[in-house]
Amino acid sequence: MCHTFPALTSDRSSRICSLLYKHGSSMASNSSGSDSSDRQRIAQQRLSVIAGHLQRPVEGNSGILAAECKAQGDKLDVSSERRTVPRRRQEIMKWNGWGYSDSKFLYNKKGQAEFTGKRYRLSGMIIPGLREWMESTFGANLQHKTPAAPILNSSAVQPPTLNEAFLKELKSTGIPFSHDAEDRVFRSHGHCLHEIFALREGKIGRVPDLVVWPNCHNDVVKIVELACKHNVCLMPYGGGTSVSSALECPPEETRSIVSLDTSQMNRILWIDEKNLTAHVEAGIVGQDLERLLNESGYCTGHEPDSMEFSSLGGWVATRASGMKKNIYGNIEDLVVHIKMVTPQGVIEKSCQGPRMSTGPDVHHFIMGSEGTLGVVTEVTMKIRPMPEYQKYGSVVFPNFEMGVACLREVARQRCAPASIRLMDNEQFKFGHALKPQVSSIFTSFLDGLKKFYITKFKGFDPNRLCVATLLFEGDREKVLQHEKQVYDIAAKFGGLAAGEDNGQRGYMLTFVIAYLRDLGMDYYVIGESFETSVPWDRVLDICRNVKARIVRECKDKGVQFPPLSTCRVTQTYDAGACVYFYFAFNYRGLSDPVHVYEQVEHAAREEILANGGSLSHHHGVGKLRKEWMRETISSVGMGMLKSVKDYVDPNNIFGNRNLL
Amino acid sequence: MLWSYRHSGTRKSWFNINTRELSEVVVIGSTASLKDEEEFTDILEERRRTTDLGYALRTFNPQPYKGAPYSSTSDLKKAVLESQYLRYIIALETGSSVEKVRQEARGILEEMSHNLQLGFIRLMAYTVNKVFKRLFRSIYVNMEGLNMLQQAIQESPVILMPNHRSYVDFLIVSFILFTYDIPIPVIAAGIPLASMKVVGEILRRSGAFFIRRAIGSDKLYWAVLSEYVRTIVRTGCAPLEFYVEGFRSRTLKSVVPKLGMMDMVLEPYFKGEVFDITLVPISISYDRVVEESLLALELLGVPKPKESTTGLFKASRVLQEDYGCMHVNFGRPLSVRQLCEGKINRSEYNLIPRDLPQRPSTEIQDCVNWVAHLIVRTQEEGSLISPWSLMACLLLQAPITTLTEEGLQWHGLTEKTLWLRKLVLDFRGRLNWPAHTPDSDVMSSTVALHHSIVHHKAGRVCLVQDGDPASQDPLSPEEGVMRTAAAVLMLVSYRNQALHVFVRPGILATAIHITKSTQKDELFSFFCFLRDVFANEFIFIPGRASQDFDEACSLLQKCGAVHMSEQEVTVLETGLEVLSFLQKLLQPFLDSYQLIFRYLCENGAHVFTEKQFLPAVQNLATKLILSGDLHTFEVLSSDTQKNVLSALRRLEAVTKLRVNNNILSIADPYFFGKYIAIDVLLMTEIMNKRAL
Repeated sequence: MCHTFPALTSDRSSRICSLLYKHGSSMASNSSGSDSSDRQRIAQQRLSVIAGHLQRPVEGNSGILAAECKAQGDKLDVSSERRTVPRRRQEIMKWNGWGYSDSKFLYNKKGQAEFTGKRYRLSGMIIPGLREWMESTFGANLQHKTPAAPILNSSAVQPPTLNEAFLKELKSTGIPFSHDAEDRVFRSHGHCLHEIFALREGKIGRVPDLVVWPNCHNDVVKIVELACKHNVCLMPYGGGTSVSSALECPPEETRSIVSLDTSQMNRILWIDEKNLTAHVEAGIVGQDLERLLNESGYCTGHEPDSMEFSSLGGWVATRASGMKKNIYGNIEDLVVHIKMVTPQGVIEKSCQGPRMSTGPDVHHFIMGSEGTLGVVTEVTMKIRPMPEYQKYGSVVFPNFEMGVACLREVARQRCAPASIRLMDNEQFKFGHALKPQVSSIFTSFLDGLKKFYITKFKGFDPNRLCVATLLFEGDREKVLQHEKQVYDIAAKFGGLAAGEDNGQRGYMLTFVIAYLRDLGMDYYVIGESFETSVPWDRVLDICRNVKARIVRECKDKGVQFPPLSTCRVTQTYDAGACVYFYFAFNYRGLSDPVHVYEQVEHAAREEILANGGSLSHHHGVGKLRKEWMRETISSVGMGMLKSVKDYVDPNNIFGNRNLL
Repeated sequence: MLWSYRHSGTRKSWFNINTRELSEVVVIGSTASLKDEEEFTDILEERRRTTDLGYALRTFNPQPYKGAPYSSTSDLKKAVLESQYLRYIIALETGSSVEKVRQEARGILEEMSHNLQLGFIRLMAYTVNKVFKRLFRSIYVNMEGLNMLQQAIQESPVILMPNHRSYVDFLIVSFILFTYDIPIPVIAAGIPLASMKVVGEILRRSGAFFIRRAIGSDKLYWAVLSEYVRTIVRTGCAPLEFYVEGFRSRTLKSVVPKLGMMDMVLEPYFKGEVFDITLVPISISYDRVVEESLLALELLGVPKPKESTTGLFKASRVLQEDYGCMHVNFGRPLSVRQLCEGKINRSEYNLIPRDLPQRPSTEIQDCVNWVAHLIVRTQEEGSLISPWSLMACLLLQAPITTLTEEGLQWHGLTEKTLWLRKLVLDFRGRLNWPAHTPDSDVMSSTVALHHSIVHHKAGRVCLVQDGDPASQDPLSPEEGVMRTAAAVLMLVSYRNQALHVFVRPGILATAIHITKSTQKDELFSFFCFLRDVFANEFIFIPGRASQDFDEACSLLQKCGAVHMSEQEVTVLETGLEVLSFLQKLLQPFLDSYQLIFRYLCENGAHVFTEKQFLPAVQNLATKLILSGDLHTFEVLSSDTQKNVLSALRRLEAVTKLRVNNNILSIADPYFFGKYIAIDVLLMTEIMNKRAL
């Protein structure tokens, strides 16, 4: 976090910092009282982190091996102590909601929405339009609250089923572990609606029996060996941001389940400036990876929406996609080398050639394996020099059809900026509702003028218009040139440039949306997003049909208020696009809202498949979408995957039962 | 209430449609949705009170389909011509230059395209209004259906699917929709209409588009037509109206649906180009059909006059006649999405560019076929049965000599008609029996309306036969048969209007009669056999044999004709009248089929042209009628003959070959000998059993 490290702030501070978080430089130059207390807190935090490293593991006392790991790394590690994710996640993160404990939306005493904390740009701000938007979109009401269970009741957690022999040998390795109820609950879920909903109600199902925190590749090798020896079920855990039920413990699993938390394997082991690669431990989370590379003047450019918390290993295991893939590529384009520990041993390639013709690429067994084959421990990734210049932008189109046509043309000309996203009308309004209170009359006057220009002068229908958000990156001159090219294309489709602000806010939305869901859940509103990829000629149809299906299903299932059913096109490819849907509704009057939600989502997925969309573009399959795997990849395809699993992990040690 | 709470107009409208209501309708087949007290409003009543001109110039401001961007006729044509599909097909046409083929496509489109203009709608409304006021006493329309239609039109592309019993109904739907401020449909019409001077153009401008009759294997024509139809559906620029039966039913009996248009219309849904499509079955029923006598003659082989404007004017003498009432019953809108749910897997279209032609899987084809049959069944269930249809059923069961000579006792006929009325109601038919009028008055006014077919004199009812009976010119016996046949076939067509109510129990009654069995299994298998044989004659929804059987059983039980147990069906003493009525009702069909089967078996030649076949059957039938061995005239109808051939082709007992250019050669001796033998044996069995 930028504000945690005032020393770091420079002109080249990473994009995510500038986008998400309060700008560091203002913090550094500001010496108000609150800031100094901040510094104090930061200093304390750093101390405690360092203390944590010096401390012996809580249980077991042969820390030598672990220390060995660390010692080996410390030599190369660029900045080992500045890590976002502590072993005890509960210190900074919510147990039953998204993200940091100190950051959340709430309605203050005046009934105005505000975002708490200090981490984000939106932090501490009033969002005047949100309440009305929520009330009119969902029929929600501030009087009707559905508060979450305030604290985790440890007695609700089943006592762990421990494999004593495994535990005994694990202790002797010195690798830290815990069977504390909180630790286990934290690793028992991702962020699917049903998972969070259950936690809010204080309902806790099967959770891992033990959590282990390996510090390095060798630790993982040992853990996997022990697990095989004692027939223990291992479930790798990275950032915990899964939205595919991938982290759910299979209820039918009778063995002891051990959650292998990679979060402490978070070092950059080396940077190779000649080849522009970096060798990184797979537990590092996105924001740390970018920040640390930025310090050396590099970046990976891989920025999935979850990058604050999701881990490198998780990206590999789910075939992640970042919003700037147009420049940097998706994860499969970014990795050069992968090391994975499996029950059969370690799999890795012998060299780092940029491309090989050596039979089917074994990396592709690993990428997307969703923790069913082993644990990814180290990855060599491409890196790039940090871009010299970044610029946001936005374009308003008279309707969604024109917007899609424009994106298609941009893709045809292969001139997509780092990111280009098209939001539909509902989402445009949603984004609008998140505008923070403007401080000056002048800004609000300008806003009014803009609105007048677009709707009255240009004749755009406010209920049909939609907006594309853009992010350009590169050297200044090229960016400006590129910008002009894209705006020229947009103009052909009736698009009007609508300023940098709108663009930037559009991207912000993706980072705060998960926080917003928690707010909705406080007021009877539940929802989720899901995605697909689809050929260009079906983009419009799939958007229309899936949205309509959601609305119809809600109606049929007795939902009392029309749902929010909205989409955006988030990625463009040569042959198609990635489409993201948001779906939320007010569940007052429903006896089993989660079931209704799941039925509707199921129907929506059926609709996606019927319209030529894929099962997933980047969220993965997990257990949530397993039922469609066979029709997606054919029986032979299933057999191929199955035989790999049978060879690599015949005893189903990696027994999270995802994918197959 | 809560659901309509929305700013955006587009969203708001969605929630007006009641999907649950739609889903209920999917379960039909038993006329369950029928409400006895359905409100019909006479729309002519108001027309008679206001001026025609004022009516034609009324404000017309319909609410269109929500997603429909405004598209003019020329936009539509442009979209079709520039479609990737058409470009692909054009590129495939070898032999001439692309430009030439494109020119040809443009020509086809010009010939086909509608040119809907509000001004002409007004002209049409003005004229039609005048004509209808002349022809009909009243035109009854169910307002509830219209309201549902109005809603449906705003939600998804709507397909209007009326039955077609008379030329008169060609513009009736447009006329009603104009009156009630609902978007005017574009209507699929046969090309002969287009060639009528002036009138063709007026129809075109009133929304008609024209399709050639025999398209055959003209790929380019198919491509232009299907793209044209799909574009209309896809854009939802206007409701599309077409006759799923393909043409006007000459027999007033429902015709087995044609699937070509149905395919084109449903494809945008299958390919995901629209979220849903709404089908609206419309049942149009007439007390008396304007072209009744022409139809009978046509069926006997007298060619129908070519559609021409002068012909139309000549026909204007029909304006002098009284045709009673007309009922237009707008059925509940059916959601294609709901109809097809679980029946098809739309992802089969995922692997080929959607713009390219793709042969649909059998699954899809079956589904289209099923939907088409369902629509026709729904049309049947929505149509109203007039007292005259009931009388026709009964008159046809009297010996022919009674009808032509001494006549049927009026008193007996009245009594029997009232008995039949009760049976129809038991069978949940929709009856159009005037309320608040003494039954005797209803009967006599009905007969008066149909003075061209029967006359009622001195307590007896006789068949009116064409030509002057006192003429000195003696008719040959064969001519006499044809003359009687013409009159009988007219009666037959009115009977046919009621047939759909009786078919299922009728087949069961026939099965009971023939098999003499009480075993449910045995009856069911015979029921299925008959259902299969007569599938070209009556409308059976594919795959619903057991539901049909159950329906038949429950209806017969309901009217006290049989007693049902788990395994057995026993005939009750009280049910003999019903069973014998039903069995006699279907007897002409059995007789006709047997005759033709026998002809095919006994005739040495196994290859013959259609041109030989029809007169040969007619000759044989005439002989048998004269010798008193055949008691039905229906086999003389070309419609029956064609149906038998279609049935045999479907049962693979006969094949149709195309030799040279246009000679149709039917039946394969080997094939026929081998396969039909089984069926004929069964038919022979029927004959034998009956003889017992």
